[in-house]
Amino acid sequence: MLDQLPVGLSIAGALLLIALGLTFTFGQMGVINMAHGEFIMAGAYTAYLLQDLAAGQAVLLALPVAFGVAGLMGLVLERLAIRRFYGRPLDTLLLTWGVSLVLQQLARDLFGAPNVNVTAPGWLDGRLELAGMTIPYTRLFIMALAVACVAAIWGYMNRSRQGRRMRAVMQNRELAACSGVVTERVDQLTFFIGSGLAGVAGVALTLIGPIGPTLGTNYIVDAFLVVVAGGLGRLRGAVLAALALGLLNSFVEFWTDASFAKVVVFAAIVAFLQFRPQGMFVLRSRALT
Amino acid sequence: MRISHWRKMAVMATAAALVLTACGEGEQAESTAGGDTIKVGILHSLSGTMAISEVTVKNSELMAIEEINAAGGLLGKKIEPVVEDGASDWPTFAEKARKLIKRDEVATVFGGWTSASRKAMLPVFEAEKALLWYPVQYEGLESSPYIYYTGATTNQQIIPGLDYLKDQGKKKIFLVGSDYVFPRTANKIIKAYAAANGMEVVGEEYTPLGHTEYGTLVNKVMSAGPDAVFNTLNGDSNVAFFKQFKAAGGTAEKLPVLSVSIAEEEVGGIGVENVAGHPVAWNYYQTTDTPENKAFVEAYKAKYGADKVTSDPMEAGYNAVHLWAESVKKAGTTEVEAVKKASAGVELKLPEGLVTIDGENQHVHKTARIGVIQPDGLIKEVWSSEEPIKPDPYLKSYPWAQGLS
Amino acid sequence: MSALTRGRALLTGRYRGHVLFASVALLLLAIAPAALDPFRLGLLAKYLCFAIAALGIGLAWGQGGMMTLGQGVFFGLGGYSMGMYLKLNDAGAEGLPDFMVWSGVEELPALWEPFRSPFFALAMVVVLPVAVASVLGLLVFRQRVRGAYFAILSQALAAAFVIWLVGQQGLTGGTNGLTNFYDVFGMDPEDESAQRAFYFTVVAVLGALYLLARQLVRSRFGRLLVAIRDGEDRVRFLGYNPATVKTVTFAVSAAMAGIAGALYVPVVGIISPALLGVVPSIELLVAVAIGGRFSLAGAVLGGVLMNWAHTSLSENWPEGWTYLQGGLFILVIMLAPKGIAGLARQAGDLLARRRSAGAPAAPPAPVKEEVAV
Repeated sequence: MLDQLPVGLSIAGALLLIALGLTFTFGQMGVINMAHGEFIMAGAYTAYLLQDLAAGQAVLLALPVAFGVAGLMGLVLERLAIRRFYGRPLDTLLLTWGVSLVLQQLARDLFGAPNVNVTAPGWLDGRLELAGMTIPYTRLFIMALAVACVAAIWGYMNRSRQGRRMRAVMQNRELAACSGVVTERVDQLTFFIGSGLAGVAGVALTLIGPIGPTLGTNYIVDAFLVVVAGGLGRLRGAVLAALALGLLNSFVEFWTDASFAKVVVFAAIVAFLQFRPQGMFVLRSRALT
Repeated sequence: MRISHWRKMAVMATAAALVLTACGEGEQAESTAGGDTIKVGILHSLSGTMAISEVTVKNSELMAIEEINAAGGLLGKKIEPVVEDGASDWPTFAEKARKLIKRDEVATVFGGWTSASRKAMLPVFEAEKALLWYPVQYEGLESSPYIYYTGATTNQQIIPGLDYLKDQGKKKIFLVGSDYVFPRTANKIIKAYAAANGMEVVGEEYTPLGHTEYGTLVNKVMSAGPDAVFNTLNGDSNVAFFKQFKAAGGTAEKLPVLSVSIAEEEVGGIGVENVAGHPVAWNYYQTTDTPENKAFVEAYKAKYGADKVTSDPMEAGYNAVHLWAESVKKAGTTEVEAVKKASAGVELKLPEGLVTIDGENQHVHKTARIGVIQPDGLIKEVWSSEEPIKPDPYLKSYPWAQGLS
Repeated sequence: MSALTRGRALLTGRYRGHVLFASVALLLLAIAPAALDPFRLGLLAKYLCFAIAALGIGLAWGQGGMMTLGQGVFFGLGGYSMGMYLKLNDAGAEGLPDFMVWSGVEELPALWEPFRSPFFALAMVVVLPVAVASVLGLLVFRQRVRGAYFAILSQALAAAFVIWLVGQQGLTGGTNGLTNFYDVFGMDPEDESAQRAFYFTVVAVLGALYLLARQLVRSRFGRLLVAIRDGEDRVRFLGYNPATVKTVTFAVSAAMAGIAGALYVPVVGIISPALLGVVPSIELLVAVAIGGRFSLAGAVLGGVLMNWAHTSLSENWPEGWTYLQGGLFILVIMLAPKGIAGLARQAGDLLARRRSAGAPAAPPAPVKEEVAV
């Protein structure tokens, strides 16, 4: 029973990692990026490719590299296609779904259809015994990574000049543009960071899950639900939603089974949006729609 | 006004063109039955989630066809494979099966992997009175007169697996499976076996297909304190389960996990370090020591790459082609009823050893083998039934299994 | 008046819509059955089933701006209602459906009992989707959940529905779904004459629903719907309740998906969760986008075309199908966001302008989509 607490927290950590990037691309820019899952996949394959370079330590090396790789993929996507679709979120959904299909097939052709494996570093092989709870180091690592990412983003958004510009564009694009912010540059950067975070999540997921061409499809629905439940573009919301969903999932599954837990989580989100249709934290705005 | 009119015209014209194209295609794709080749259908998922597994079976089936053609063909004709994609989607399997039978007029079809795809194809083959060769171990309780089952049924895989655990002195078993037909049926059999053999099932858990979060389930397993886990998880879930099982301190020495869906192909993706030492139950391994297997493995590696491995379902697919060809030779024709009649008792030495088609239920007699996954990713046999086991899909010869079907 | 001008008069006069509708009907009812072999005709019937579901999406999304990614749920409710009746019919008065036998279910679940009656089952084909859509719609639309939120919620609904269906194996047949039907209203479904009958039924239902949808769109209700799509708040300020209008439309579109699912069962001979999840739901939506979401005919066309392309391309080029499918979406969304119907319209505009040289062409209808946040 108590064992479920760390499990719930670690699910929350993984959820948060996969959803963080979306709080940028979906939350801030209104782009429903269905290829987000494939950026996660790109991160995982980056770790796989780096394995030969840094045997055993691939995961650490891969974190920054995957951020760059997935970020660049996102940037290319933004430049080539998405920038024409700002303000039309539903079209971006269709567009990026096409992109995700192509990327999946590409992965299949490049790396083969079977799953590949990334060997976890030796120092992650172990577990922490604490007050009757067992927490594998891999889980601790993912939780720590999630916390680090959140802290970095928070610092960036609230303390840096670029971050302030980003928030300004999100809250009122026209006004920001009038004030001299080059919105196009901000959009590019936002998309780069959002996609890059997906890459980081991909590296982390190699520790606990399969690495194959369909990796992204395993996580994409959950990632969107976290963002929706948390409130668009709200870091606090995403953190709280991930925590709530992770804990709910682990405890319901403990008492019932995995299938039922998933159904309960979905039902809970729909019910929750009844009370808070805009998610946990709403961005206040005087705009109509 | 005018504009909307033209728009409608154009839409309708496109619709008309479309239907006409469909018609046109109908004309040109006439089949060449009765020519100088014998057409056979190969129907596996080449795209979608099942492609990972099924493509390898397609490869070994094509290889078997090439072997037969190289040896002079069948009844003096070459075999011509018609490959179709089931796209990991059960209705598509039914549709493509219908296409192969009706349009290509194939002599037989080799295909399927999941039980769901077989169940979807079954009514088509029964209605069209055509033959399907199904190459994967499955949950039993079926014996269609138009399907040949060249993979293991439950008494050739699950029950030997349980016998092995019993031999090892494992008393308390935890059942872990994906939520679909095979694991649920297998676990029903396991529970009946356990009750009759003084074993105890201390837990039974199912997860949705494609599930990747096993923290809770591993906790449940650990706190139930079993002697062994019987694992019927499918595909990607195995990767997540073994990674998280190992991270939580599960080892093959303390708590072996016997798997029935992990073959040589899957070991690489799970990561050898996560799964080495755990037992698996199949009828064939790449390391199986027969002269036929040596030739099979060599030929496969020569054709598809030295880094490729061979596995049980691939071998069963390869067997299916040869068993069919042998039955056709015996019948002297590819006509379905004649082949069915001739097939009873057809016997071949194949990579896994001697294989015989059972005339009663169209399954095959095959040897059960328990293996342990080695650090090099291959599987070493540690136990075998020594001789082929007669297939018994309804478990009629097991007193404890009465009332299961 | 020459025959040609008379012909043109027919096409340009007030009956032109009827004439065109009649010619497509002729094509589907007379020419296609004569020209296609039974196998291809069966495939066409399947495409037309998807076209019915696509029509519903065209109504909800194209006209109403509700991007529903969970249409598979309603398709499934209809399909399973039909499948349950057929399974019980095959099993006879005392027997159990085959999958229950091997799932270890000993008594028919109460949920199944009423589906012995064909009338109940046929009613449920429409009632269940409408009920679910109404409840969901009322809950969601009243809270002004829309645009991307609605899309993601409906997607989650599809995902949850499939997991539930698969998990309840004794009740629903699990991943296998319901298959192996021997007797569909007295016909053997693998029989050619039965397949022909199914085909004509599908065509007739599609025709009727198309007319119904067109009537709905042309009515005052339809104008209100488009107005809500383009400016929900303005409509609200005018004193209408957008939630009601949207819920009704959503329910109608759900009913169409349910009917499509029910027809699909005898045509293809199976209903399984693989047809209802997130991916098939998105595929349907994409089909509508490619056909042209703002035109009902375009939606129907897209439903047929995409499924046809799927079958024929994956027959000839299975590995490349995914690339092509993905590439096609990207191209259509980038270059022709209004789909084939939009392209056809542009081509038509061009032609019309040349014919009636000098006459000013009407500007294209403005396209506006709700912006999230």
